[in-house]
This record gives sequence, structure tokens and C-alpha cells, in this order.
Amino acid sequence: MTENIIEVRDLVKHYPVTQGIVFKKTVGQVKAVDGVSFELKTGETLGVVGESGCGKSTLARVLMNLEKPTGGSVHYKGQDISKLSGGALRRLRRQIQLVMQDPYTSLNPRMTVGDLIGEPFEIHSEVAPKGSRRGKVKELLDLVGLNPEHINRYPHQFSGGQRQRIGIARALALRPEVIVCDEPVSALDVSIQAQVMNLLEKLQNEFGLSYVFIAHDLSVVRHLSDRVAVMYLGKMVEVGTEDEIYERPTHPYTQALLSAVPVPDPTLRDNKAIIRLTGDVPSPISPPSGCRFRTRCWKAQDVCAQQVPLLEIRRGSDHPSACHFAEKRAIVATHQA
Amino acid sequence: MSDILVSEQSAPGADGSGRPSGRLLEVDDLRVEFRTRDGVAKVINGVTYHVDAGETLAVLGESGSGKSVTAQTIMGILDMPPGFVTGGQVRFHGRDMLTMSAEERRRIRGEGIAMIFQDSLSALNPVFTVGFQIAEQFRIRRGMGRADAKKRAIEMLDQVKIPNAKGRFSNYPHQFSGGMRQRAMIAMSLALDPEVLIADEPTTALDVTVQAQIMDLLGELQRERQMGMILITHDLGVVADVADRIAVMYAGRIVEEADVYDLYAKPAHPYTLGLLDSIPRMDEKGQELRTIKGLPPNLMNIPPGCPFNPRCPMAQPVCREKVPPLLQIGSGRASACHFAEELVNRD
Ligand SMILES: Nc1ncnc2c1ncn2[C@@H]1O[C@H](COP(=O)(O)OP(=O)(O)OP(=O)(O)O)[C@@H](O)[C@H]1O
Ligand SMILES: Nc1ncnc2c1ncn2[C@@H]1O[C@H](COP(=O)(O)OP(=O)(O)OP(=O)(O)O)[C@@H](O)[C@H]1O
Ligand code: SF4
Ligand SMILES: [Mg+2]
Ligand SMILES: [Mg+2]
Repeated sequence: MTENIIEVRDLVKHYPVTQGIVFKKTVGQVKAVDGVSFELKTGETLGVVGESGCGKSTLARVLMNLEKPTGGSVHYKGQDISKLSGGALRRLRRQIQLVMQDPYTSLNPRMTVGDLIGEPFEIHSEVAPKGSRRGKVKELLDLVGLNPEHINRYPHQFSGGQRQRIGIARALALRPEVIVCDEPVSALDVSIQAQVMNLLEKLQNEFGLSYVFIAHDLSVVRHLSDRVAVMYLGKMVEVGTEDEIYERPTHPYTQALLSAVPVPDPTLRDNKAIIRLTGDVPSPISPPSGCRFRTRCWKAQDVCAQQVPLLEIRRGSDHPSACHFAEKRAIVATHQA
Repeated sequence: MSDILVSEQSAPGADGSGRPSGRLLEVDDLRVEFRTRDGVAKVINGVTYHVDAGETLAVLGESGSGKSVTAQTIMGILDMPPGFVTGGQVRFHGRDMLTMSAEERRRIRGEGIAMIFQDSLSALNPVFTVGFQIAEQFRIRRGMGRADAKKRAIEMLDQVKIPNAKGRFSNYPHQFSGGMRQRAMIAMSLALDPEVLIADEPTTALDVTVQAQIMDLLGELQRERQMGMILITHDLGVVADVADRIAVMYAGRIVEEADVYDLYAKPAHPYTLGLLDSIPRMDEKGQELRTIKGLPPNLMNIPPGCPFNPRCPMAQPVCREKVPPLLQIGSGRASACHFAEELVNRD
């Protein structure tokens, strides 16, 4: 019943590093995404977490076809998106939408909310013929829990959380099948964050949407995701169900990440077992040989410098992990009642 | 604790750092409004808080409650117009900054009080390299030569864990990831070794391991240099980890102030209670999250009585009539709710 709506194979995105002002010469490559494979099933939420700068937003931009991959492929319902053009490309642009991190700068301040949400209809007029647009925009406002009467207001007249809903309404306008959310709730207070998360779940249940959900807040990701992928320096290092990643992580980076989740209880501040990562933070221009995490890993052995650990299911575990020494380790449970 | 030891006016201290100790920065009954075509929005309606040397005050509150506008007023970078300060004082070492000359305020910025801005992308200038923007401060304010300034800037970038800081020195802001820009912003604000740091959402774009490193770094600076910090954040986990005291804002007012342990254990305002209840908990997957019902008030038309009353599950008729003042309840804490005592004394 669940088929793959998106399939990503060996995806690579490099950015050239240039030197010189008049005569630019390429002196290296930022390996932002460097060989990533995964699939998104219809109706599922895939959470993506990882170190800042590990390539999450780059991945989102390539999924959206906003940037061409350097290598590998993204298939949407079996079609290679980089090979699409004309009408097929326009259809794709309808089906996959992006909600961006920043509700403050991603909305044009000179446009009314009605214009902002209705703008996609200008390009895809087949979805809403001219006469019906205001009605459609009001429906969308209502759907995301905003007052349809506020259609003529400007973004600055809304709070951060309301602006984020405007962004979501805009993404929903063309009735997409997939929404890529790049840190959609990190700027919001927890109460509004909860409202937006409830809304995303409601929309998924109603319309069977699939989400790629990128965020730094690991409890938010756990709450929303069916499966979670952990990235480090352009690679996926562990992937599994929400339970497998949070209860039985086997990759040292995942374990370090989970151990550092701040717990909202001041009485626990002094007895947490945070795994502090020491060692050099590597650069994506010249990533370490073998395992990319080895410069900061407390378990690293010679083999880690010599062989790239593949993302595969290893002995004693039930989900793929890219570590030569993958093993379970109890993580101090967070957010206890 | 420090309230007993420290007099209202701060005096140079003897903690060895050569830094004055005690009350560094006080915001006193601050009032700010925005006058726009659509009307007057009363954004700050009598905010009072202070931060002492070496201390962390966390400021929590609803999106749009005025946390950043208060910080902008302290820094003297409020958009004027449409913003107007209509009352109150901002005292640094006991002296009101709102009545100082522009030149005096300029000298305080950076060295006296520095700020990490919430929106790091628009705070960095897109046409200059990140390294240049940090080095520039050492050149202008510290009179360093080009080479020395560059060296110091690279050290700063390294300190905030930018990988390959030397190589990244000449990158433009758009070549940095969201979290790297945020760290560049932090490096810039720490460059002149400020006495007070206002950190507006300093780690929202960072993963938790880098976040822990940055908070460690800030904590170290506080211990070594007795830096006072105002931490504005939505992350109740980070607050639980690092704050000494907490001020909670709603509709331009402080509605609760308390020691970090008291506030988490027994919130004394229904808004704070609602906030703590909305935290997604790992053990409640699949359930709808609790939220605070309704919308924040329209600041052009704040409801009479308690501004939280239309959304408050405890509201009584008195809440629609009388504005609850921020009153002391017990030692070291205050709440602006008519039923604060009842809330705290619940089992
Ligand atoms: N246009 C660009 N030119 C050069 N390098 C780039 C460009 N865009 C991104 N990068 C680099 O690619 C890497 C990955 O960046 P990306 O924005 O995808 O990270 P991220 O995982 O989204 O991080 P964050 O959590 O901090 O937002 C970073 O090293 C970044 O500096
Ligand atoms: N330049 C401006 N013109 C008009 N209104 C403004 C301006 N700047 C801020 N406001 C309004 O002032 C109020 C307080 O904004 P502020 O940025 O201080 O909120 P905040 O508490 O920092 O919220 P968040 O948590 O979302 O950052 C908001 O209602 C906002 O719309
Ligand atoms: S004063 Fe009344 S309305 Fe305001 S928070 Fe307290 S109980 Fe609620
Ligand atoms: Mg990003
Ligand atoms: Mg703010």
C-alpha cells in the first residue's frame, strides 16, 4: 500500500570554492551533500536531523529542484526530476512545496496576505481560475486557523507564529503531495510551535501529505516523524524508525546528539551525561578519509581512517548505521514526565 | 542573594577582573509604542528587569510579546519612527542611556553592551566577507593593523567552532549555512569583550551538540569575565540548563519573574503554566499537543483588565476589569495574576 513517492539515489551536491576576484579559479569543492540515498513513502514523515552545516538545506533545495545535483538522482513517482522540462516540470513544482525556516524574511513585506497566498495561482492558473481566487485564499486561511477577514493585512501585522501559518497556507495553495519543511518551527514559542505541529499532523491525516521535516529540536522531530535520518558532513550516518533512532541509536554521532538534548527541568542540570565531542571539526572541503566522524569519535580505530563505513544493517541491530563499531548504548532518556 | 549584597548603584568591584561588580543593566518601567498608518500599537507597556554581573537572566514569552523590541531599545537601535519610547529608563551602571548623547551610547555599544541578533542573515552585511566584518571591529575600536585584526577574527571564528576558520575567513554570508551565520554573529558580538551580552535566540539554528558548546563558551566567559547575560529564547530546555532568573513576557509586560527552579516547579502565572504544558514530550507521541487557546492580543487594542484574560482557563470576572499589577509573592518572585497565590499554593 505504501509506495515510494520520492527516491533519492547517491545524491551529490558540490559547490566550487573560488579564489581571486577578477580571474576566479576553482581551488576546491564544498562537499555539501556527498552520496545520500533514501526514500520517502506516501503519507509518511521523514525527519532529518544533523550537525549545522551538514547539508540539510542543500538537500532540501535539490529535492525541490531549485538546484541541480552534481551527481546522483531524485526520482519523483518514478520520474527523474532533473530530466523534466516544460509542462512536466511545472507539474512537479506544484506537487512539491517548501516551507522555509524564517517566517520573518521569507514573506514579501509589501504584499498583502491575500496576494502572498494567491501568488502561486498566477503561475498555476489551472488550479484556481481568476474569479475564484479570493474565495480559495479565504478557505486556505481558515484551514490553517487564521481569520479569513484578515486577507488584506500585511505580514508585519501578524506575529511570528501566524506568519509561519501564512507560509504553510501558501505551500498548501497548489494542493501538493509533498511538503519539505526546513526548520519550520524553530523561531516560534512552544505554544505556537505546538499549534503548527498539530496543524501539520491534521493536514497529513486529511490530505495524505508526505513530509520531509528538517529540524534541530529532537523532541519536535520525534513527535512528528515516522522515520528519522541522521546526517553528518554530507552523509547519512543512521536511519530508522523514530523508535530505533531514539531508543536504540547505534552510531556514535547519533548518541552524542541525543545526549546533548537539553531537558526542560533545571533540577537535572548537573547530572546529565552529555557526550562532549572533542577533536577537530572537519571541513566539508576536505572531509576526513574513511569515516567522516572519526576525528571526533571516541571509538575510532585504524580501520575508521582506512575504510568508509557503509550505511547498512549491522550485527546486533535492527536498522542501518554507518559505523564500523555500531552498537547500542543507553541514552539518558529526555523529557520525562 | 545578590539583592542583599548589592546596592542600587553599582560600584567598581574587587573581584580581580578589574570589572565593576553588581547591577550592570536595569530596564525600568519602559514603554514603547509604534505609530503606524493603521494606528498606535502599544508594544512595551512598563517592562522592568535587571541583570547583574556574572548572572543570566532568561527572557521568555510569546512571539510578538516585545522581547526583541525591549532589547533593541536597550541597544539604541529601535526603528524611530515608527517606534517611540514613551516612558521609563534604561540604566547602565546607574546612568540612563536614553538621555545620553549619541556619542556616549556609541561607546557603550560593543564594549559595554553587545547583542547577538535574532536574525543573523539580515544582521550580516551581504556585500562584505564574514571575516572582514569581524576584523573591522578590531581595526576601528581597538586600532589594530590589518594583519593583527585578521588574526584575531580568525581566532574568534575558531572559538565559535567554525570548521576551518582560516579558510572560511573570506566567505560571504550566503556561503555559510544558517548555523554558521549564527556563530559568526556570536563571534562578532563577543569580539570586544562586552560587560553585558544580550543574546536574542543565539542558538536556534544550531544542532544540540554545537549549541552545548556555545552555551559552555558563554558560561565560561561569564565566570571568567563576570559578563552579565540576557538570554532571549523559546527553548525551555536551554533555559533550564543555564538561567539564574527568568522573566516571562506577555503583551509587552512582565507577567512573571522567578528563580529558575521555582518557575519550572511551580509557575505563578497561567501563561507560564500554558507554556510549560505545550512542550512536546518524548513520552506522548501520537497525541495532539496541548496549546494555549486563542490568539495573542491585538496590540492596538489590548483587552481591558488582564491582557491574558481572553485565553486564560482560570479567568474570573475581576480579570476583565482590573489590570493585575506585578506583585511580589514570597521571596524573589513576582506575578501579575489576580490568582497567583492560588496557583503557587496548589498541591
Ligand atoms: N551557495 C553556496 N556556496 C558555497 N557553499 C555553500 C553554499 N550553500 C551552502 N554551502 C555550504 O554547504 C554546506 C552545507 O550547507 P547547508 O546550508 O546545506 O547546511 P545545513 O545542514 O542546512 O546547516 P544548518 O543546520 O546550519 O542550516 C555548508 O558548509 C555551507 O557552507
Ligand atoms: N518596526 C516595527 N513596526 C511596527 N511594529 C513592529 C516593528 N517592530 C516590531 N513591531 C511589533 O512589535 C511587537 C513586538 O515585537 P518583538 O519583535 O519585540 O517580539 P518578540 O517578543 O521578540 O517575538 P519573537 O519571539 O517572535 O521574536 C510585535 O507585535 C511586532 O509586530
Ligand atoms: S489575572 Fe485572571 S486572566 Fe489574568 S492570568 Fe490571572 S487568572 Fe488569568
Ligand atoms: Mg539549513
Ligand atoms: Mg524576537
